[in-house]
Amino acid sequence: MPASATPPQAEGPLLSLNSIEVVYDHVILVLRGVSLDVPRGGIVALLGANGAGKTTTLKAVSNLLRSERGAVTKGTIHLDGQRVDALTPTEVVRRGVIQVMEGRHCFAHLSVEENLLTGAYTGRRSRAELRADLERVYGYFPRLKEKRRTLAGYTSGGEQQMTAVGRALMTRPRLILLDEPSMGLAPQLAEEILDIMRRLNQQQGVSFLLAEQNVAAALRFAHHGYILENGRVVMEGQAAQLANNEDVKEFYLGLGKSGRRSFRDAKHYRRRKRWLA
Amino acid sequence: MQFFLEVLIGGLLSGVMYSLVALGFVLIFKASGVFNFAQGAMVLFAALTFVSLEERGLPRWGALLASLAIMLGLALVIERVVLRPLVNQPAISLLMATIGLTFCLEGLAQGVWGSVVKGLDLGIPDVPFDVKGVLVSQFDLFAAAIAGFLVAVLALFFQYTRVGRALRAVADDHQAALSLGIPLQTVWAVVWAAAGAVALVAGLLWGSRLGVQFALSVITLKALPVLILGGFTSIAGAIVGGLLVGASEKLAEVYLGPVLGGGIENWFPYVLALLFLLVRPEGLFGEKHIDRV
Ligand SMILES: Nc1ncnc2c1ncn2[C@@H]1O[C@H](COP(=O)(O)OP(=O)(O)O)[C@@H](O)[C@H]1O
Ligand SMILES: [Mg+2]
Repeated sequence: MPASATPPQAEGPLLSLNSIEVVYDHVILVLRGVSLDVPRGGIVALLGANGAGKTTTLKAVSNLLRSERGAVTKGTIHLDGQRVDALTPTEVVRRGVIQVMEGRHCFAHLSVEENLLTGAYTGRRSRAELRADLERVYGYFPRLKEKRRTLAGYTSGGEQQMTAVGRALMTRPRLILLDEPSMGLAPQLAEEILDIMRRLNQQQGVSFLLAEQNVAAALRFAHHGYILENGRVVMEGQAAQLANNEDVKEFYLGLGKSGRRSFRDAKHYRRRKRWLA
Repeated sequence: MQFFLEVLIGGLLSGVMYSLVALGFVLIFKASGVFNFAQGAMVLFAALTFVSLEERGLPRWGALLASLAIMLGLALVIERVVLRPLVNQPAISLLMATIGLTFCLEGLAQGVWGSVVKGLDLGIPDVPFDVKGVLVSQFDLFAAAIAGFLVAVLALFFQYTRVGRALRAVADDHQAALSLGIPLQTVWAVVWAAAGAVALVAGLLWGSRLGVQFALSVITLKALPVLILGGFTSIAGAIVGGLLVGASEKLAEVYLGPVLGGGIENWFPYVLALLFLLVRPEGLFGEKHIDRV
């Protein structure tokens, strides 16, 4: 969990996507040249509406695309300056990059603690080291310790999200690809989970690439943001700068120049005006 | 009463043999969601390999180890050649593939080892012995002990080892397992290898009962009601299901036979399974879907 392996090359971004294109089933072009960087120790938000291509971008990095008949057809992905686009998901995890999938995906018939232990599959560790890793996760998520013997399928949505994140932490990641962690959670709980991520970032130096539809929460959490529309990056900038951008306010935060707009207005506007037709 | 007990115990012990076949199915179904139609063919293949190796002069233990090695090798080849290219294909394609595999294995077994019925003598005398006036088959006891041992080993493996835990994780959600770096190929190779080892044990026990012949492949069909009763995903279910089928078919044969006519043994398990499907479709021990938002 601490940024364990010392990076072979301490300069340049940790993760760098260079105009990647992703195609599903050989024909469906979903990403049309996405470039983005995640600096070391950075928190980067990937924002956009449903279907914009956020999940696809994360899966291109973790290489879970292949198991969905998707492939990166153009562009490159570098981690620590080394190409990683041809690695298997196992190798990507070994290099310290882990995806926490949208919708949590806990192992329902495994206990919470067993769920966490599955995260240690790739790294051979002694019993004592495993114990220490578990305790570290429990330190961040005390609720999981209470529920350690409960089958994950019987825990609440928030606890499942914590289990999913905790399981990812057990891989000792340097970069967590976090896909819509607040989906389906009460705002307060979502905020609580993002707070824990922030502590992980500050205390352990874990970097984050966060995909979110909840733009307001994501921009509060992230340092930097990219806005994805239709498989293209249409805007990027410092999180604070994006949060104050008029267009972002209008289309993603539901705040127009004349104050708060209703959802219907926002939809109406979005139909008329887009960054890219 | 004594007669009833004898029938019951005989039934339970022969049920263990069904459990062994069902166990092979459960292992593979649990980890990959594939109904391995070829499990029966694997049983035949394993038994035939053992007998033929012994015929060619290998000592018993040598033949056993060699057969085991061959079954493990076979599992690796199957994973590589049949399963890996079909990753992410619908379950029906995988079922089809295992049906194809059945014919390949049967052909291979008979092509290499010949198709004559071969006797298999494990050297366990099949004489009944007397437990407080109830006659119990020594062979059946032996088979039950072997099965019990096998199940205990598998259960411990699944519950407490790193790979065992990974197997259960893959069974639950293979996408999530993949995202944690658990390689599906390894997991599949392990379950097929385990199923191959189970097939070898089942093949030896069944083979010494029925002779090593083509009909061994058909015991696949006997496993079906066992699986329906016990649930497709539970090792315990395979065992209990096998015991239930064994006991009930023997009891039915003896007590209902005179009324309904003989041969009940052959269809009774299916009726039982069908009735059971209506009441508890997930089987006795099958995993319930945990639906919770
Ligand atoms: N496995 C797949 N096969 C084909 N198309 C897909 C697949 N997964 C996603 N898509 C398509 O790719 C586009 C982007 O999806 P996704 O990356 O999930 O977006 P987001 O996460 O931003 O909601 C959508 O139009 C979606 O329909
Ligand atoms: Mg998504």
